[in-house]
Amino acid sequence: MQGDTPVVIPGVDGSSLVPSVVALDPIPADGGRPTVTVGNSARKSLIEHPERAIYSVKRLMGRGLAEIQEELKLFPFRLADDVEEGEVPRIGLGELRFTAPEISAYVLRQLKRNAERYFGAPVTQAVITVPAYFNDAQRQATKDAGRMAGLDVLRLVNEPTAAALAYGLDRAKAGTIAVYDLGGGTFDISILKLRDGIFEVQSTNGDTHLGGDDIDNLLIAIALDEIHSEHGVDLRTSPGAIQVLRKAAIEAKIALSSQSVAHFDIELPNGDRYQREIPRGVFEMLIEPVLERTAGPCKQALKDAGLTPEDIDEVVLVGGSTRIPAVRLLVDDLFLLRARRKKPHTELNPDEVVALGAAVQADILAGASKTTEEMLLLDVTPLSLGIEALGGAVARIIQRNSTIPASATEHFTTGVDGQTNVAIHVVQGERELAADCRSLARFDLKGIPPMSAGLPRIEVKFLIDADGILQVTAREQRSGQAAQIEVKATYGLTDEQVESMILDSFDHAEEDFAKRLLIEARNEAETILAAVDRAPQNPAWQQLTAEEQGAIQAARARLESVKQGDDPAAIREATLQLDQATRRFAELMMDAAVTTAIRGKTMDSAGEDLGDSVTAPHAMAPAEFK
Amino acid sequence: MLKVLDSAVPVACWSCSIGHNDSTLFCPHCSKIQPPPGGDYFSVFNLEPRLNLDLPALEQEFHRLSRKLHPDRFARALENEKEWSLADTALLNDAYRTLKDPLRRTEYLLKLLGAEIGEEHSGKGRIDPSRVPADLLEEVFDLNMQLEEMRMTRKVGDEDPALEASLAEAKAKFTGLLKAVDTDLRIEWQAWDQGDEPARQAAQKRMVALLDRRRYLSNLVRDVTETLGA
Repeated sequence: MQGDTPVVIPGVDGSSLVPSVVALDPIPADGGRPTVTVGNSARKSLIEHPERAIYSVKRLMGRGLAEIQEELKLFPFRLADDVEEGEVPRIGLGELRFTAPEISAYVLRQLKRNAERYFGAPVTQAVITVPAYFNDAQRQATKDAGRMAGLDVLRLVNEPTAAALAYGLDRAKAGTIAVYDLGGGTFDISILKLRDGIFEVQSTNGDTHLGGDDIDNLLIAIALDEIHSEHGVDLRTSPGAIQVLRKAAIEAKIALSSQSVAHFDIELPNGDRYQREIPRGVFEMLIEPVLERTAGPCKQALKDAGLTPEDIDEVVLVGGSTRIPAVRLLVDDLFLLRARRKKPHTELNPDEVVALGAAVQADILAGASKTTEEMLLLDVTPLSLGIEALGGAVARIIQRNSTIPASATEHFTTGVDGQTNVAIHVVQGERELAADCRSLARFDLKGIPPMSAGLPRIEVKFLIDADGILQVTAREQRSGQAAQIEVKATYGLTDEQVESMILDSFDHAEEDFAKRLLIEARNEAETILAAVDRAPQNPAWQQLTAEEQGAIQAARARLESVKQGDDPAAIREATLQLDQATRRFAELMMDAAVTTAIRGKTMDSAGEDLGDSVTAPHAMAPAEFK
Repeated sequence: MLKVLDSAVPVACWSCSIGHNDSTLFCPHCSKIQPPPGGDYFSVFNLEPRLNLDLPALEQEFHRLSRKLHPDRFARALENEKEWSLADTALLNDAYRTLKDPLRRTEYLLKLLGAEIGEEHSGKGRIDPSRVPADLLEEVFDLNMQLEEMRMTRKVGDEDPALEASLAEAKAKFTGLLKAVDTDLRIEWQAWDQGDEPARQAAQKRMVALLDRRRYLSNLVRDVTETLGA
């Protein structure tokens, strides 16, 4: 938070987004520990060493073996082959194997480091956002990842709700809003009522298997088919090639949000070129079934909230995929926006709005701020909680869309004389049979005093906490004895496992932290110094006045000398000054680049030549086989 | 039996050690949060058991208490305060969810008074002939035949517009009967809220019967809707 406003912290590369790509660098020749890279810098590994990189790990969080196998049909990752059912699956990354929470922890650690670099102080607590439709296991896995990254997770916030918080900051008014959140891998719809700073979620629905990735996969499938039939090249088994196609597909998809036609132009390994036009009309027909899948959850959410589309005062769009015009059209239809002369809210960057909302929630939790002291978020559980009854039916104990924290108390007894334990199977979902719901955990109530059948009365309290995670306590009422509970989560890591997976346990150590800050500050200094050294060769240099050149040289000399010292703050200060001094030079260079790029090119592809900057349309280089 | 608030057990506040009764969420002396109180859902809102509730006032009180109790307000508090904030807020949410909904509220009050009430959403519940309200017996019998016929017709991929129309008509009729039950329930609310003990007892009995009938009718409507929609 900067005063009253949440801000997104930039990373070392200046970009505010850290793509969830994690790559394992080749093992050093001296046999040292391999390095894990995260974000934009890990992206090139996706193409060069696809077996050493992983992306979209969110889709794998909290999932069991069978579910991951299903998911991996669409993704090029390899499952470790020695995983057994009931264990948390591990994904092969180069020579090593990681669980989904571990991979996620690397991304979180990168974000933690970015924040530490920005604040110049250790960051140990975090609010993490999750798709609203995440189940218990997916939420627990996310919390585990936070712990592994050295973060105390203060709260999990549902993404659409976070977006509402970000928008709600400057519009403290009453009304009913719908948040439509179509991201890379998940879809959420939440309906909230706003009143006097209270954000009360009425209902939520979604699909944790639906998003931009599905659209990319459709385009990739077409390209693979056509390359096979027209050029006789089968790329389906070549992960690197698929990544090249993925990149091209994403570029085409993004282009089609602002242009009426996009092109595939890809050089194939045999020297042929695969060229194809994708008119927007064709693209929209292709993705219609994917988009149509968001309609059902929206209607269900309205129904659960007891509302009609006309009751929705405002619609907020979240997630990169809501930039697609066809998505906006669908949302317009679903909530009758145009008919009511309304427009959805898109003022905040759909890729950043959730992070901004998380910052607002963190400010609420910190409790010391005037801006957020009147704000309170009341969220709901997306899925009903039930226990398996005799015959495999589900007895629902907490209905979906109940405000959390929520609780239910159930009583259990024994069926046989002298029985000392009772097994309880807890499930999550809306189906009638336990087998069709998502198995959450099996509890074994142990140490029940031996009595006649039906006499013990064991009270079990199920409580869903503010993070949407289940807690269970049990008590035998007749003997007053606390029954022991042994929880066996169906999917998930044990505490000990999480403990053993904590990354860099010395991350908090004061000395270590100072050392890291110094190294990072020096690296940044090196980067800008190298750029300034090359500057006089650039034609733009001659456009600077003698004073401007002198100022740059002076700032350069200062940084050179401060860099020798060991004060990271001083180094960053000098780096910043050199950066300021070269600002006009950078602008001149940028202008020249744009002019060159525009000649014979569209504005859209010119952006790419400007490189991986915040303003570049997207962070990938044009597709090309090496 | 209804819990009488006055008999609440006195307990000492964990923080200031001054005694207070156990039906309070906050210590009346030092204002610190207390473990979940032992009273019923009505007492969470400081209300006497009532079937007619002022819903806007209930919502307002829910928001007021949420602001004070929610775990977000205790993120930096002591561990025991955090734990009680979680338990108290769960109680508050459970109470609000139950009381704001007219049917849940009625079921809750009747259960509190010792009535045996079936669950509103109990299982798949195909119609159990032994529990058919007497006045509907004949119609339900016909309806079941038609439903079975419709399922068979759909199964072989045929259509039967006449049967469909007849089922839609039946659905409209039973939906109307459901509405009538709701009206009758509201009359009983009045009787219970304002009546003396014998009047209340009589109203309770009638409400238990009305809830049974309502559950039965709503299962029926659901079955017809499902069959027509399939």
